[in-house]
Amino acid sequence: MDFSLSDEQQMLQDSIARFVQNDYDFDSRAKSIKTDLGYSADHWKLFADLGWLMVPFTEDEGGLGGSAADLMVVMEEFGKGIVIEPFLATAIIGGGLISKAGNSGQKESLIGGIIDGSLQLAFAYAEPQSRYDLSNVATTAKKNTDGYVLSGHKAVVLNGANANKIIVSARTFGQPSDKEGISLFIVDATATGVEIQGYRTQDGGRAAEVRLENVQVGADQLLGGENRALPIIESVLDRATLAICAEAVGAMEVATAKTVEYTKTRVQFGVSISKFQALQHRMADMFIEQQQAKSIVLMAAMKLDQAGEDASKSVAAMKSLVGRASKKIGQEAVQIHGGIGVTDELDVGHYFKRMTMIDLMFGNSDYQTQRFTAL
Amino acid sequence: MNVDFSDQEIAFQQEVCQFLNDQLPLDISQKVKNDLHLDKADLVGWQQILAKQGWAAINWPAEYGGTGWSSTEKYIWNNECAIAGAPAIVPFGLGMVAPVIYTYGSEEQKQKFLPSILNSDVWWCQGYSEPNAGSDLASLKTTATSDGDDYLINGTKTWTTLGQYADWIFCLVRTGAPEVKNQMAISFVLIDMKTPGITVSPIYMLDERREVNEVHFDNVRVPKANRIGEENKGWTYAKVLLTHERTGIAGVAKSKDVLEKVKALALQTNDFGASLMDNPIFAHKVAELEIDLLALEYTELRTLAAVSTGKAPGPESSILKIKGTEIYQIIDELKMEIAGYYALPFVDEQFESNFDGVKVGPGAAANSAPLYFNHRKTTIYGGSNEVQKNIICKAVLGL
Repeated sequence: MDFSLSDEQQMLQDSIARFVQNDYDFDSRAKSIKTDLGYSADHWKLFADLGWLMVPFTEDEGGLGGSAADLMVVMEEFGKGIVIEPFLATAIIGGGLISKAGNSGQKESLIGGIIDGSLQLAFAYAEPQSRYDLSNVATTAKKNTDGYVLSGHKAVVLNGANANKIIVSARTFGQPSDKEGISLFIVDATATGVEIQGYRTQDGGRAAEVRLENVQVGADQLLGGENRALPIIESVLDRATLAICAEAVGAMEVATAKTVEYTKTRVQFGVSISKFQALQHRMADMFIEQQQAKSIVLMAAMKLDQAGEDASKSVAAMKSLVGRASKKIGQEAVQIHGGIGVTDELDVGHYFKRMTMIDLMFGNSDYQTQRFTAL
Repeated sequence: MNVDFSDQEIAFQQEVCQFLNDQLPLDISQKVKNDLHLDKADLVGWQQILAKQGWAAINWPAEYGGTGWSSTEKYIWNNECAIAGAPAIVPFGLGMVAPVIYTYGSEEQKQKFLPSILNSDVWWCQGYSEPNAGSDLASLKTTATSDGDDYLINGTKTWTTLGQYADWIFCLVRTGAPEVKNQMAISFVLIDMKTPGITVSPIYMLDERREVNEVHFDNVRVPKANRIGEENKGWTYAKVLLTHERTGIAGVAKSKDVLEKVKALALQTNDFGASLMDNPIFAHKVAELEIDLLALEYTELRTLAAVSTGKAPGPESSILKIKGTEIYQIIDELKMEIAGYYALPFVDEQFESNFDGVKVGPGAAANSAPLYFNHRKTTIYGGSNEVQKNIICKAVLGL
């Protein structure tokens, strides 16, 4: 048994940790959030230059190997700085779908762009009525002589307004909620009939409503086999779930540390509030929750890399626990900070916001608990 | 012991419903029901309608313009207001400073201040907390130095809710010598916000809205005639105010109304082909919350009944504050859970009543997270829930 990082993973962790520590201060993050783009293009270029955008891909694809453990290392460090750049949407999810389902031509034309930082992607899977049901796809793709015609409404598409290409799940067969009959298409964001309504998200990111009205895509834009996309979607979103859980672990660590630090400096009733046992025990609980979360993320990463039958069940267990831990740590961090914790000007509230949104993505903790039981 | 309404109380309920139906402006109740932002004109406008009816001050004694209602009538009123979508009363004037003025103020102060509070002509704000005096309020540092018939005020107050609208502020200031025990050196003064030397700077909350402020005092000259009661006795007066603040804080009627809406919303929300209310985990959480709220309702009724027999609300009101805020925060969590992915969009502008663009998400789904974030303040303000537990430990359990 060995939980230590490989030399490559250690270097990766060190370099991201240095970036978050030295180049990702809270004030510049806040400024980036309010720009038109919503993140820093310079940072994105840096991610490409330092090879971080290669992490999700296999060596054959020009990547660094693409293990779940590597993703965990990267995302945990990003979580410490609540990094807003669209690494999840473009590299992990968009890149993951192409890597898993793409044919050689598609891989050749797209993965290079992801790795060199020139291509932004988004994955449009959720719909207004679908909640966490990945098979609830009402968007249709009808075959015609030129390929397929797509129509439907995709909800809360991460990075949707900045993406050059949007990967869309659509129904080529059957009824909404049938497991068979879902296919994936690579849609150009500028294609006729694509309407994108971009907006900020609560946690400093960007998303969009994507409405498709008779959008013509070529047959060569079908990603993976027709009607059989669901297992691919599930598998890629399992890895995405691991990624945001690792991110949450990083955020929890910082939120806990900042809370402990704050209580040492905040004096009320003539003493540092860190002396109050009522608060000490709560901070001990925060630490325990964070450690449990870190452990279960590690477990899920290893299970995903083993690709055994229990991989998805492990992901469900992880998301259930991480959701509960995030909630507890986020709420306690804010409460123990007091008034300053609910202001926009202090970073701790932003860690809380991000952890809250992580719980709501890819199935909240209640849903994942039920999924864990069912799997 | 009897919890049924009498014929007289049923008639009162009908009168209240009729009044709300006739007088509560539809644009205001629609904003409340749809979680849209209320502006100053909405709040003042509604309170002035209440004043005209004589119903603005339900807790004041009748001699100062209060309704003289029984605790049951107040309970009926709060319930019907919540159901009708009436905005909550802005508490700083009507609920907080007025009881201090009519209890401890001079005759002159009562005549000067109470009528304009009753009619919401003057907007009040609260100057209690300071950057380094929160839970330990008595350690406040803002000083009032004697200068003839005046005080010169220096210092900074913080978390001043809606201070940007305020005409007057009530403040706790230090008048005693530094070596005097904190609580014995504090006075309660009323200050005109137009006095030279006052600056108000905004603090933005997690929902990016300006709700609170810092108020800075730089040699602000205030007549001693604006002090309530005796010098250095302000802490006693403030404590009375804090218990009044706490009795209103349970928010049972509002929670009941919102919980009903949450259930209706969950019923319409698709969850794997069924309704979210059919999801056993979700339904279980809703049921537990409903049960906790039922108990809290009766805890509040017991407190109100005790107050109506002439007892001041005691440390038990801390229970109302703690449970009331915790329950409301869980309701916020449920709303966010129902919203699912549509809790993610930050589209503040679509919760202005004049928004005419294409809305993101159903109903107020995209406002669920900002409300959840914002309402984390409720377990912090008004004496944090930790401070309330200290009060219970000290005053009730004798620890």
